[in-house]
Amino acid sequence: MAQTTLPASQVKRPVFSGLGKWVGVLPFFLFAILFLILPSMRLFVGSFTDDHGQFTLNNVIQIFTQSSILRAYVLSIEISAVTALGGGIIGFLLAYSVTVGGLPKPLRSILVTFSGVASNFAGVPLAFAFIATLGRTGFISVLFKNLFHWNIYDHGFNLYGFVGLSLTYMYFQFPLMVLIMAPALDGLKREWREAAENLGANNMQYWLRVAMPILLPSLLGSIILLFGNAFGAYATAYALTGGALPIITIQIGAQIRGDVLHNPGLGYAMAMGMVFIMTISLAGYSWLQGRTERWLR
Amino acid sequence: MSEELPYGWLQFARNRFKRQQKPRGEKRKTPVWSWVWYILGVLYFVLPLLATFEFSLRMKRGVYSLAAYKAAFADPAFLQAFGYSLTLAAITIIVSIILVVPTAYWIRLKLPQARRPVELITLLPFVIPAIILVFGLIRIYSSPIRLPFSSVVLIDALTTSRYGTIILIVAGYMVLGLPYMYRSVDTGMRTVDVRTLTEAAQSLGANWFNIMVRVILPNIRTALLSGALLTFAIVVGEVVLASYLGVPAFGPYLFLLGQHRAFEPAALTFITFLLTWAAMGIIQLVSGGQGQVSGAH
Repeated sequence: MAQTTLPASQVKRPVFSGLGKWVGVLPFFLFAILFLILPSMRLFVGSFTDDHGQFTLNNVIQIFTQSSILRAYVLSIEISAVTALGGGIIGFLLAYSVTVGGLPKPLRSILVTFSGVASNFAGVPLAFAFIATLGRTGFISVLFKNLFHWNIYDHGFNLYGFVGLSLTYMYFQFPLMVLIMAPALDGLKREWREAAENLGANNMQYWLRVAMPILLPSLLGSIILLFGNAFGAYATAYALTGGALPIITIQIGAQIRGDVLHNPGLGYAMAMGMVFIMTISLAGYSWLQGRTERWLR
Repeated sequence: MSEELPYGWLQFARNRFKRQQKPRGEKRKTPVWSWVWYILGVLYFVLPLLATFEFSLRMKRGVYSLAAYKAAFADPAFLQAFGYSLTLAAITIIVSIILVVPTAYWIRLKLPQARRPVELITLLPFVIPAIILVFGLIRIYSSPIRLPFSSVVLIDALTTSRYGTIILIVAGYMVLGLPYMYRSVDTGMRTVDVRTLTEAAQSLGANWFNIMVRVILPNIRTALLSGALLTFAIVVGEVVLASYLGVPAFGPYLFLLGQHRAFEPAALTFITFLLTWAAMGIIQLVSGGQGQVSGAH
C-alpha cells in the first residue's frame, strides 16, 4: 500500500515545485532579457534587414566587399593579435619569474596586486598616462632627448598610431596574462621536473618536452583571451588617437553617433561581426582551458 | 643483466643525491633572468604612472607644485561629475547585489539545473563589448516599446527622460559588472555551506528575508566586497556608456577636460589610478590573494 502511494506523490510534487522553483530566478532572467538579450537580438535581426524591413544578406556581404569596413576589421585584428602576443610573452615571463623562477615570495603578491590594478586601469586615464609618458613632451621622450639627444618622434615613433596604441594596450594586456598564467605555472608539479631530471633531461629539454606541452593549451587559451580583451576595447583608442586610427570599435561608434554608413543594417552587421569574433575567441579560450585542467589541478 | 642492476641502482642513488643537493644549490644561485623580467615588467608598470605624476606637478613653470590638483578639485563641474559617478557606482552595486545574491543562492539551494544557463548569461558581457551593448540599448530603448500588433505602450522611450537614462546606464553597468559580481558571489557561497546555514536559520524560525539579510549576506561579505569594488573600478572611469547615453559622469568629463587642458587631466588620471589601486588592494587584502581578475576596457 505504502509502496503504491509513494511514487504517485513523488511524481506529482516535482512537477509543481519544479516550475515554482524557477520563479526564484525569474528576476535575473528578466533583467538579462531586457538589457542583454533583447539589445543583442535587435542588432542581430537588424543586420539581416534592409531599409524596408525585408530579410537580406546584403549587409553581411557588404562587410566583406566594402573596403573601409574590411580594413577596420583587419586593423582591429592586427592590433589585437600583436598586443595579445606581446602581452602574452611579457606576461608569461613575469608570471614565470615569480612562480617557478625563484624570486622571493613577497615580490609575487606585489606583482599580482599591481596586475589587478593595471588590468583595470584602462580607457581615458590610461590614454592620458601614456601621453604623459611617450607623447611629444612626455617623460620618456624628453628623457631620451636630453640624455641621448635622440628624438624618438624623428625616428618613426608615433604614440598616436599603430605602435603607440599597441604599447598602450599592452599596459592592460600583460597584467591579465600574469593573473591567468601564475596559477597555471603553480600547477607544474615538482615531481615532473624531478622525474625528467632522473631520466637525464637538462633544463632546456624539461621545458620543451615536459612543461611546454602541458602549458601550451593554457598559454594559447590565455593569448586568445587577450585577443578578445583588446578587440573589444574602444575608450583607450578613442582617447588616444581621437578616432584617427579607424579600428572597428571606433567605426561602430561613429555609426551610433550618426548613420555614417547611410545604412543602419550595415552598422548592425558590423556590430554582429564583432560579437561573432569575440564569441569564437571566448569559445576557444574555454575549450583550451578545459584541456589544461586535465593536467593542472 | 646482473651487471645492469647495480648500475641502475647507482644511477638511482646518484640522482637521489643530486636531487637532495639541488635545492640548496639553486637557492644560492641568483635567478638572474627572473630578476631581469621582473624589473622590466615593473618598469612598464611604473614609468607611465611616474610620468603622469611628474607631469601633473609641472603646472607652475620651473617648480613642482600641487597646483594642478588644486585647480582640478576647484572646478565645480569636477565635483558634480565625480559625485555623479560615485552615485551611479553605489546604485549599480546595490541593485547588482539585490539581483545576483538571491539568484545565486536560489540556484545553489533549489535549482542546480539553472546553473548552466545563468553562468552562460554571466559570460555574455565578455563577448558583447560595451560599445555594442550601448548600441543595442540605444536602438531598443530610444523609442517606446509597444505590445506586439497594437499601439499599447509597454515601456516609454528611456533615452529621452532623465530617469530613463539613469535606468539604462545602471542596467548597462550591471551588465558590465555581472561576470565579476556573479563569479565572486557564487565562489563566496561555495565556501560557506549555504544549505546548512539556511536550515539552521529556518529551524530558529527565521523567514526568507531574515535568512538573506542576516545570515547569507554577512557570511559572504568578503565576496560581496570584491564584487562591489570591482564594479566600482569599472563604473568610476567608464566612458563608453556614459558618453553615448549622454550622462554627465566622470569619464566623459575627464575626456573633455583632456581636449583643452594639460595638467589637470594628468592630476585626475593619477587620482583615478590611486582609486583603482585602493579598490584592488582591498580586494587583495580581504580575499588573501584569491581576488578577481579584470574589468572592462
